[in-house]
Amino acid sequence: MAEQFPALIIVVPLIAAFFIPVIGWWKKQLCYPWVVAVLVVTFISSLGIINTIMTTGKFSYRLGGWAPPWGIEYALDYLNAFVLVIVSFISLMVAVYSKKSVEDELPEKTAPFYTLFLLLVAGLLGIVVTGDVFNLFVFLEISSLSCYALIAIGEEGAPIASFNYVIMGTIGACFYLLGVGYLYIATGSLNMADLAVILPNMYHSKIILVAFAFFTVGVMVKGAVFPLHIWMPDAYSTAPSAVSALIAPLMTKVAAYVMIRIMFTIFQPRFSVETVPVMTVLGWLSFIAIFAGGIKALAQTDLKKMLVYILVAEVGYIVMGVSVANKIGLTGAILHILNDAFMMACLFLVVGAISYRIGTRDIHKLHNLNKIMPFTMGAFTITALSMAGIPPACGFFSKWYLILGTIEAGQWAFAAALLCSSLINAVLFFRVIECAYFKPMEPAYANDGGETHMVQRDEAPLTMLVPIVIMAAGIILLGIFSGNIISSIIQFAVPASF
Amino acid sequence: MLDYVIGKYNFWIYAVLMMIGLYAMMGKKNLVKKLIGMNIFQSAIILFYISTGVKTGGATVPILMGHAQEHGHQAIDVAGYLNPLPHVLMLTAIVVSIATTGVALAIIILIYRRYNTLEENEILKIRKDTGV
Repeated sequence: MAEQFPALIIVVPLIAAFFIPVIGWWKKQLCYPWVVAVLVVTFISSLGIINTIMTTGKFSYRLGGWAPPWGIEYALDYLNAFVLVIVSFISLMVAVYSKKSVEDELPEKTAPFYTLFLLLVAGLLGIVVTGDVFNLFVFLEISSLSCYALIAIGEEGAPIASFNYVIMGTIGACFYLLGVGYLYIATGSLNMADLAVILPNMYHSKIILVAFAFFTVGVMVKGAVFPLHIWMPDAYSTAPSAVSALIAPLMTKVAAYVMIRIMFTIFQPRFSVETVPVMTVLGWLSFIAIFAGGIKALAQTDLKKMLVYILVAEVGYIVMGVSVANKIGLTGAILHILNDAFMMACLFLVVGAISYRIGTRDIHKLHNLNKIMPFTMGAFTITALSMAGIPPACGFFSKWYLILGTIEAGQWAFAAALLCSSLINAVLFFRVIECAYFKPMEPAYANDGGETHMVQRDEAPLTMLVPIVIMAAGIILLGIFSGNIISSIIQFAVPASF
Repeated sequence: MLDYVIGKYNFWIYAVLMMIGLYAMMGKKNLVKKLIGMNIFQSAIILFYISTGVKTGGATVPILMGHAQEHGHQAIDVAGYLNPLPHVLMLTAIVVSIATTGVALAIIILIYRRYNTLEENEILKIRKDTGV
């Protein structure tokens, strides 16, 4: 059983997705338990994979029994097993959460929504698990296509945002495909491990340089790395709240994983760092991204828009950790993939719950929210502290490693940017917290004909609250156990050539 | 120079088509034109892949005639056979391209129903006027 997990983790959600229209046609209420059950299976599979890797080391799965490099290989090591657990856990939590918000926002479209939801998760898991560059392209498109459709069913303005995403996303995917083509011309192979063996003899070749450029730009578009993030703010902020909570933490993180995979597994670090100055460029781009994202976020009054711009800065952190290209920086980047997935998921879940209950996402209209939704706001506060980098919340630890990495690389400007962005985050979140906790209700609302208006407690429904509380608890626990996570998983996930 | 261009003309066409597609996606204001640009862009990549599989000089599809298993010692002449893999990859890419076009067209219908126009600047103006 255990050796079949890499196949099961893709096949189960993929096949289950096609049963949903039938189930939805028969009984609409059954879609939700079906999706949750399927995602529990994928989560167990991902735990099985990481357990196997931690006990017996990395292994590979041959689809159809064809030996690599001819057949498609699913190569599992510490890095992608780690990302698999993140993807499957967050998607499970969002699926649990989605019940009420889908009933509220998309009452007529339950079955199509869940079909696309599972396809998106299958695509993301496939990107992570595969060891074949072309197979990765196919999964990239599965996840992107379902993502376009999921965004398009959102609120006012969503279709146009989604169309822009289609255009940009296709350019990104096509550039990736061209990169695959150029590598194939030069090497005749599509298998990542095989490419890593063949390529070092050809690093002087111009074809390889072009392929590397195409890969970098393609993945930058997909991962919304500054300045190719322009499609993202509109697309992610107009999507239905369950969808933003799924794609905002996961799409960008999976793209960051692909970036690490390409730069340090397919190509060796010495090529990515020395032959082309791509790391310097990426480092300075992420430097700008951190400030631009933070400043744009300050200008927003819509809570979800603010989070999306913060996400631009957060992607900047990860890329910065990759770009300094040393062991500590990369440890920070991989740890931040985990931490930021949790923080972003928690924040978007909270925003979804707020707009479900209060009906607004305007920061200035959140008066007395701590009394109306105490647990939700508690979770929001924990995440805000984590984003500002206050221990023991997990955001502190990944930022600590990122800063150590930039200092080791001698990039003091980057270290300063990371510290500044903690301050920007503090301002951003305390602005919201101030409004929700401390601002008295405006007189017009408070004095309803001379009577003192009592604030009714109106917490989010249980299916929403449980994932939020689990994510918030996870943020604290990940912070406390981050030493264990690094020593047992991440230190092996960093490519050995460092 | 001319020989250099003519000798690899399919790759030149691929580059030109790709730039036309890229320009249409970035520069055109009409959403359907953008979509057509996207299709040109994807077709250019298909042309590129197919071109990489070309072998001149009488090469044919890789169907081994006779009993290759029995004559295991007889080496297969690689120059006589085409590499089918780029073509097979493109079958997948065509499927992806059609699916993308389908999704994009569906989104365009959604946009047209909402704004009654497909010109990007007019849609932006409508959205600005309604204050969304």
